[in-house]
Amino acid sequence: MIEKDLNQIFQTRIDADEKIEARDWMPEKYRQTLIRQISQHAHSEVVGMLPEGNWITRAPSLRRKVALLAKVQDEAGHGLYLYSAAETLGAKRSDLLQQLIDGTAKYSSIFNYPTLTWADIGAIGWLVDGAAIMNQVMLCRTSYGPYARAMVRICKEESFHQRQGYEIMIALSQGSEEQKAMAQDALNRWWWPSLMMFGPNDDESKHTAQSMAWRIKRKTNDELRQAFVDASVPQAEYLGLTIPDEYLKWNEERGHYDFGPIDWDEFWQVVKGYGPCNAERIAARRKSQEEGKWVQEAAMAYARKRKQRSQDQKTKVA
Amino acid sequence: MDNTWPLWEVFIRSKNGLSHKHVGSLHATDAEMAIENARDVYTRRQEGISIWVVESKDVTASNPTQSEELYDPAKNKIYRHPTFYDIPDEVGHM
Repeated sequence: MIEKDLNQIFQTRIDADEKIEARDWMPEKYRQTLIRQISQHAHSEVVGMLPEGNWITRAPSLRRKVALLAKVQDEAGHGLYLYSAAETLGAKRSDLLQQLIDGTAKYSSIFNYPTLTWADIGAIGWLVDGAAIMNQVMLCRTSYGPYARAMVRICKEESFHQRQGYEIMIALSQGSEEQKAMAQDALNRWWWPSLMMFGPNDDESKHTAQSMAWRIKRKTNDELRQAFVDASVPQAEYLGLTIPDEYLKWNEERGHYDFGPIDWDEFWQVVKGYGPCNAERIAARRKSQEEGKWVQEAAMAYARKRKQRSQDQKTKVA
Repeated sequence: MDNTWPLWEVFIRSKNGLSHKHVGSLHATDAEMAIENARDVYTRRQEGISIWVVESKDVTASNPTQSEELYDPAKNKIYRHPTFYDIPDEVGHM
């Protein structure tokens, strides 16, 4: 069959909301788009452990500590599910990890901001995970089967992440003046980077149109961003905290909140590697990969030795 | 000489979007025959659109006598569940 017909059949299947599975024919660009998106998603889960891991040893109570530990543990698992989904498309795990540390693959730019106080852990759970969940709930219906199934599992596990963060925010905002100020400061610093997590505006986003046509994405960046703002405003009000946006206002006509312009210069600066923690994050990943290498080698050597021994045993018996 | 055909485990995907699910096993001389037999035995009523076969000896299973040490540690980690956290109804679904 000629390529054009195959493309036609593929698009018809997509339009009928059929899922695409690993052995099905797919356009090369669909495969490449998915590998890029899924691996960057995986990298985000892995790098996302770093800003939060920073506070595990300093969590203010045992309850907070086990919650944060469980959350960071989940993120590692989520990275694994996603790398595995990318591997069904023929990507090699070692190549993907190499792309992360040599900077050719991106990860969510939000993780290039530092976690300065304990309140940041609350704000990350509430806002950063809240924004991620918006995106991930949509991806449960993505057209590529293995990716969709990984997302279902992730969403199921993720639901506690936002709640533990918001619970921290409640405790702080109902605490002393100092604690409340700390919560407000965290909201001030994390609000705009959280809105940037959804990516450029629709008319600026180079991948959106094709990804929507292939139903890799089911909602646009701006739709998701709006849903996130609408959900977050009442949550901030309950906390008695102020969202740092003077243009934020309910728009009766649209049935949505209007919000101010995003500083896209900052966004692109961080994406291009000039955020406050880009170098630190990549250095941490590189260190972990380099210093962990001997463990991988030793484990493989041990497995080989055991195999050899059991073969020798068999030969002896025979 | 033992001429018993090896045992194969059969996994069927009922439709795209769902994972392959273990449905049973059968004997076959090789992987190709195992797929053909699985098609004849397990998909007679359109139960599937994709088959995986794995030779049973290649499946490593966890030991049932170890279930306490393997699975009990998760039992008391209730903080891994969303209901562990108190969120007021006013703030909406979270």
